[in-house]
Amino acid sequence: MKAAAISVNWRKALIIVVLLLGALAMTLPYYWMILSSLKPPEELYTYPPRFYVQHPTIKPYRELFMLLPMARSLFNSLFVASMVTVSNMLFGSMAGYAFAKLRFPGRDLIFLALISSMMIPWQVFLIPGFMIVKHLGWLDTFWALIIPNLAMPFGIFLCRQYIMSIPDGLIEAARLDGYNELGIYWRVILPLLRPALATLAIFTFLSQWNSFVWPLIVTQSSQMRTVPLIIAVLNGQFGANFAMVMAGAFVVMLPMLIVFLLFQRQFIKGVFLTSIRE
Amino acid sequence: MKRRAESTAIVYVFVAPAVILFTIFTFLPLFASLYLSFTEYNVIHPPQWVGLKNFTELLFHDPRFWKALRNTLCYVVGVVPIGIATALLLAAALEELARGKQLFKVLYFIPTVTSVVAIAAVWKWLFAGEKYGLINYALIQLGLQPIDWLLSPRWILPAIMIMSIWAGLGYNMVFFSAGISTIPQALYEAAKVDGANWWGRFWHVTVPMLRPTLVFVVVMAVISSFQIFDQVYIMTSGTGEGIGGVLDSGLTLVSYLYEQGFVQFHMGYASAIAYLIFGCVFGLTLVNIRMLRSQ
Repeated sequence: MKAAAISVNWRKALIIVVLLLGALAMTLPYYWMILSSLKPPEELYTYPPRFYVQHPTIKPYRELFMLLPMARSLFNSLFVASMVTVSNMLFGSMAGYAFAKLRFPGRDLIFLALISSMMIPWQVFLIPGFMIVKHLGWLDTFWALIIPNLAMPFGIFLCRQYIMSIPDGLIEAARLDGYNELGIYWRVILPLLRPALATLAIFTFLSQWNSFVWPLIVTQSSQMRTVPLIIAVLNGQFGANFAMVMAGAFVVMLPMLIVFLLFQRQFIKGVFLTSIRE
Repeated sequence: MKRRAESTAIVYVFVAPAVILFTIFTFLPLFASLYLSFTEYNVIHPPQWVGLKNFTELLFHDPRFWKALRNTLCYVVGVVPIGIATALLLAAALEELARGKQLFKVLYFIPTVTSVVAIAAVWKWLFAGEKYGLINYALIQLGLQPIDWLLSPRWILPAIMIMSIWAGLGYNMVFFSAGISTIPQALYEAAKVDGANWWGRFWHVTVPMLRPTLVFVVVMAVISSFQIFDQVYIMTSGTGEGIGGVLDSGLTLVSYLYEQGFVQFHMGYASAIAYLIFGCVFGLTLVNIRMLRSQ
């Protein structure tokens, strides 16, 4: 009996040690990023590497905003991600309502096409997407970054699934009260859809903020770059200045880190909903 | 009667934005890129029909395509099993904790919300050459030789794999820990009565009970790692060797597509690569599901 108790304690201790080592491995790169971004050059390239900084400097951050249009890029990312998020909430819930509760010819076929497209690798759409944007004269504009992503199938799917669970009786009752479809959508569906819309908003914003390939191919000028592209440029042009690259990496991740820490439970729960996208 | 007409009209208002955008940016491109894959197209001149030439060229005369395919498969075979096994063990350990689960989940999950580009930039610095990089410093401390991770053809792919395993841990873990928490406690009690130790219970209770979750996570991981691009783009750039890194040792299928399409402007050729990737992903998904089901 006593031996068993001891072995249980050993096991508990071992599990905690493993988890702590894992947590250390997960956080050390971030610590190193922030530390390096604050180091002056003479402290950055020392051997052995130092785990603290003696004379912290914000020069890498200053350079980031002076030598590159970092502020503009932050605005671009914020603007694009916000527009795309709001429109996906609107168009996703509108279409989701129609697919869940209204009858119209071709409904199931169109919906099937929408969700099937989520399973097709994005590379297939990349080249024609680029050509369409080019023909429309949208290259290097906000249009190219925003319009193609305004109503993504994932949002429609998420809203439709959620609206399916709303009882028809509720909608019938609203209809008897004299609401038309628009009124039902606005006054009955949208308020009930709030939790799904919150998940949709968080994940759309996150994926747009971190989006890399599409902005990479449809923008050219430094004025139109989104934040992840700045890191790519930094990595190419200022690759030797690791303090500045680390400062850039920190600037890209910080907003999403804050949002994540504020809404951690929604994020972790939302993973299950968003995983069907792939 | 009037009501019905009005409600039909409103339906189109509801679905129109989604359907129009879907048609232009998804439905048409799907067929446009199929058409382009049978053409030669350099953006300046209109596409020229060449039949199957792009595909025969790729499959029979293009060693770089095969190199990219081999690298991609190596990457998938390296990252998926190790990443998933680690995530599963960590999740099983985590579910034993009485308190602090959420804290660990949050810590492990941070890379999932971090831009892949930022992650790659940070790891590039960790992997940096000679002895300044933290990882080489650790190797030296362990009495090993430092490795030129980013410039040596042998090590660039393992470096990218290590980074990807790290970055994917938290994401996979969340699925497993949710799955484990639904396993009835009684099964563990029964296994204990039968004298199973922790490992025995993990192997004979947790793993079999998690089969559906496991199938799902493996399929997803295979699909997404087959399409790896962002990390490679950052890790190999700055080597002065183009997008594949030294001797194309870091060239993956999607980075080859990007290079052909958007650096060389061989759009027809790139479309053929896209369709081959599509075919591979489709095939891999079917094989995966069948293999994991039959066991």
